[in-house]
Amino acid sequence: MKPTAFDYARPETLEEAVQALGSHPDAKVLAGGQSLVPLMSMRLAAPALIVDINHLPGLDHVTADASGVRIGALARHADVLASADVRRVQPLVSLALANVAHPTIRNRGTTVGSIVHADAAAEMPMVLQLLGGSVDVVGSGGRRTIAADELYVAPLESSLAHDEVAVEAFFPALPAGSGVAFEEISRRHGDYAMCGVAAVVAVEDGRVTSARAGYLSVSDVPTVVDLTDALAGSVDDAALARAAEAALAQLEPESDIHATAAYRAHLAKVLTARVLTAAHDHAREE
Amino acid sequence: MSTKLMGEAVQRVEDDRLLRGGGQYVDDIDLGALHLAVVRSPHAHARIRSIDVDAVLDIEGVHAVWTYDDLDGAMAEPLPLLIPHPTLTHGRTQYALARDEVNYVGEAIAVVVADDRYVAEDAVGRVVVDFELLPAVVGVEAARAAENLVHDDVPGNIAARSVQQNGDAEAGIKAAPHTLSLDFDIERSACMPMEGRGVTARWDTANGRLQVWTSTQTSTGVRAAVAAKLGLDLLQVDVITPDVGGGFGVKINHPWPEELLVSLAAQRLGRPVKFTEDRREHFISSAHERAQLHHVDVGFDDEGRLLGLDVRFWHDHGAYTPYGLIVPINASTQLVGPYKTGPYRVTFDSLYTNTVIVTPYRGAGRPQGCFVMERTMDAIAAYLGKDRADVREVNLIQPDEFPYDHGLVFQDGRETIYDSGDFAAMLEKIKTLVGWDDFESYRAEMAAQGRRVGIGLAAYVEGTGAGPYEGAHVNIESSGKVKVATGLTSQGQGHQTAFAQIVADELGVPFEDVEITTGDTRRMAYAVGTFASRAAVMSGSAIHLAAKRAKEKVLRLASDALEADPEDLQIVDGVVSVKGSPGTSINLGTVAVLSNPLRYAFDEASKAATQFSVGDASKPPVAEDDEPGLEGKDFYSPIRSTFASGMHAVIVETDPDTAEITILKYAVVHDCGTVINPMIVEGQIHGGVAQGIGGALYEKMAYDESGQLLNASFMDFLMPYVTEVPDSIDIDHLETPSPLNPLGIKGAGEAGVIPGSAAIAAAIEDAEGLPITAMPISPSELFELRAQHAVATTTPEENR
Repeated sequence: MKPTAFDYARPETLEEAVQALGSHPDAKVLAGGQSLVPLMSMRLAAPALIVDINHLPGLDHVTADASGVRIGALARHADVLASADVRRVQPLVSLALANVAHPTIRNRGTTVGSIVHADAAAEMPMVLQLLGGSVDVVGSGGRRTIAADELYVAPLESSLAHDEVAVEAFFPALPAGSGVAFEEISRRHGDYAMCGVAAVVAVEDGRVTSARAGYLSVSDVPTVVDLTDALAGSVDDAALARAAEAALAQLEPESDIHATAAYRAHLAKVLTARVLTAAHDHAREE
Repeated sequence: MSTKLMGEAVQRVEDDRLLRGGGQYVDDIDLGALHLAVVRSPHAHARIRSIDVDAVLDIEGVHAVWTYDDLDGAMAEPLPLLIPHPTLTHGRTQYALARDEVNYVGEAIAVVVADDRYVAEDAVGRVVVDFELLPAVVGVEAARAAENLVHDDVPGNIAARSVQQNGDAEAGIKAAPHTLSLDFDIERSACMPMEGRGVTARWDTANGRLQVWTSTQTSTGVRAAVAAKLGLDLLQVDVITPDVGGGFGVKINHPWPEELLVSLAAQRLGRPVKFTEDRREHFISSAHERAQLHHVDVGFDDEGRLLGLDVRFWHDHGAYTPYGLIVPINASTQLVGPYKTGPYRVTFDSLYTNTVIVTPYRGAGRPQGCFVMERTMDAIAAYLGKDRADVREVNLIQPDEFPYDHGLVFQDGRETIYDSGDFAAMLEKIKTLVGWDDFESYRAEMAAQGRRVGIGLAAYVEGTGAGPYEGAHVNIESSGKVKVATGLTSQGQGHQTAFAQIVADELGVPFEDVEITTGDTRRMAYAVGTFASRAAVMSGSAIHLAAKRAKEKVLRLASDALEADPEDLQIVDGVVSVKGSPGTSINLGTVAVLSNPLRYAFDEASKAATQFSVGDASKPPVAEDDEPGLEGKDFYSPIRSTFASGMHAVIVETDPDTAEITILKYAVVHDCGTVINPMIVEGQIHGGVAQGIGGALYEKMAYDESGQLLNASFMDFLMPYVTEVPDSIDIDHLETPSPLNPLGIKGAGEAGVIPGSAAIAAAIEDAEGLPITAMPISPSELFELRAQHAVATTTPEENR
């Protein structure tokens, strides 16, 4: 449980960080370290160079305005979760964050770090994708914005170039007339979910105009499914069941030691109905 | 302090230090030691063709790399089989480093000693072992089928076959009006203390003396084993147990290969050497427990009264049997619980598998036995359509039937004779505590809200305080402070507090003036260890007896000094005085000074003990049958174990949609005889219940077919967090003192864990209306059971 030898850089500017990353093909960014450090200790990862970005200035912001929520690369989950502005502008970010691991992990882990780690069992990549957010990255080619639906290319793999540092995540604000909900089921509080589902439902004149759900732990990349058609008539048990079936057709749950594929699929159905109902109720309260 | 402390909830003196990070564990002992790391088998079953260590030799900072070929003498012999039992006909133990063959993933093959753990792990990664893979035997069913053998010379993979019977169970069942045949299954779990194994050793070349610090439950056991393996005399070896971050049984097994190899390395290299186990190593190279398959045939009358009980079970013993048959013997003899079973026969096979060894884990076979008996009681009640508590009630041993002899031989080779208890009163208490008789209205109320709840009950009897003995030494200093040593070790139980309460009461000294030392062979060389819920019974009794001896001497010397009859003296707050005449008194410290005739005065107090100040010049300063010093030493060695008991009841909720299982209420009635400190006992119960919940709903060693442990980390081996344990556990005590020891104590350490799986399974079964025969159970498994049950109940064939 001791990592192999590695070099360590602690850049003071973003430019230095990008340069350091570019200097070695096996370089890795360290922010909160809640995934990377255990992997290194178990020798499942052995980066040659650690680029510790914790001393870069101006990356720990959490801001919210009419357009949405902006989260800097060094903002800890706990900082984001504590923000009343975030909760007001895009409540789904806060609802999901409350399910990210445990307080001690949220105190060190960063939301942006979790997003670019691209784990299909993690909450924030799925939420970013569901809300149609984006990530700003800085590399040797300059700064660019990657839309969420172009961010996740494969399990545990994002579309960031090797020398790019993610500096900010953006979650659009919840529009008027829309509601959100999140629910996940895990073996113990704070564990990775066996299945988690989030939903965004938009209502106009009492009718559902858009319904989308995001899924974690039931496919190998964060997955979003459009369920508008299923709820286009009315939101009743039959419609919810249709929505759940439609969602399931897009998912590929697998068995592991904690849950069978059939159970995960069942949870996806149950939770789809629950979060669509809750998001629909939330939309009508708005 | 003149009031009695026995029975008082005295605050634990340990906690301030431990909670502030002031504990000193083996890894904290800083001798500038070299680090030992272990090359472990990646395969469950393989022959070792060759080992190439060449790539290790030129790594900077590496001091030694050894394989089996580098061991000699007793070190090259297999590790000891600690508890040989007559039925353990095919006992096998591993070598300190594997010789030719490995039998589980994690078995030690080679060691590296290096400047630090980082370099040592680098070196471990460069040792190349050429294996010839052999088929792995994983799980009880594969072991029982014996298509492949773990050890070539052990036919059928059977390490031991044991049969015990009391009466003719078969005839009893045959003649009974009703019978049931039942199968029950319990999975593997493990102790998982926060601190894993750890050992540090220092060899003093000039004096030929070895000092070993180890995280163990038996310092005297490790001392004897290290001395034997290294060819040293006992008096050349000190074993010191510092703070230990939990044991739960795994640290009673000894010597671990690392305890021997660290000692050997310190001796060979002439430098302090240490080994600190990491969590993955703890998963794959310490010990597990619990896995057993059981088959029950039972006969009973219309009231549910047992007329014959025939139990056959298969115990997964892992790759080796260093700790003998304690676990299956406990399971087979403690299964009977608080009941008169009628004629009883129990047969078990202890089977080898290519998995981590099995040694006792808190409860040590009793949770399995309890699960089998209690599930059988529930099955009888279901069959007869009777209340589950009523079926238990008709089978209980009654208060006037003690001592009650089950006619079975217990794990200590002694008779299973219950010394005391009141099971009928206990059943009434638990029913009241959990609201058993009002449950149906609660169930209806919850059902109206769309919620599904169930209630379960389980009872156990636990043999505690197994022999052979423990001892204690009480030393009253001239400061009046009392230093007490007992040889068994502490892993957080609160011994410093509970034992000091006993001493303070017996000697009449302030609690704060008593200091307890445990697990240090320099202070008490004769001891056994901390296991089988025995510390309070064994060392508690020994300390009481030793304090009594010290007190006798105090009174004898004080009676001379005060010219009073010893009968008229009392000791209060460390002062000996004549009853009714408080002015005539002497401090304990002064008595200590007088107890040791001196030639040399070194301070004002000691002047009083010099030869010109005291003594009858016509008599020797130390009388012929006396000795200097104000000390008491004694040993306690009971004829057999004392039997504690308890009953748990639990209310669970199961989610009709998601199959999630939530514990709504957990109630415990507990009888550990005379309670020394109720706060400590309740703490033990809380911890035990948490482990019971872990065993029932979360913990399971997930081996694949090839013998790889798939969940060897805290991310995937799920122990309950505080969020999974109910906020409050309702506890009620019953005290039926043991007649076997002077204070009436019974053990309390393991109790809390024993009936967890039985009670929770019963509650889930009650909520769901489908049989629960295997534990642990996860929501995913409950979901699958519901699906199977739905299919089974809609098909015409009989399912049973």
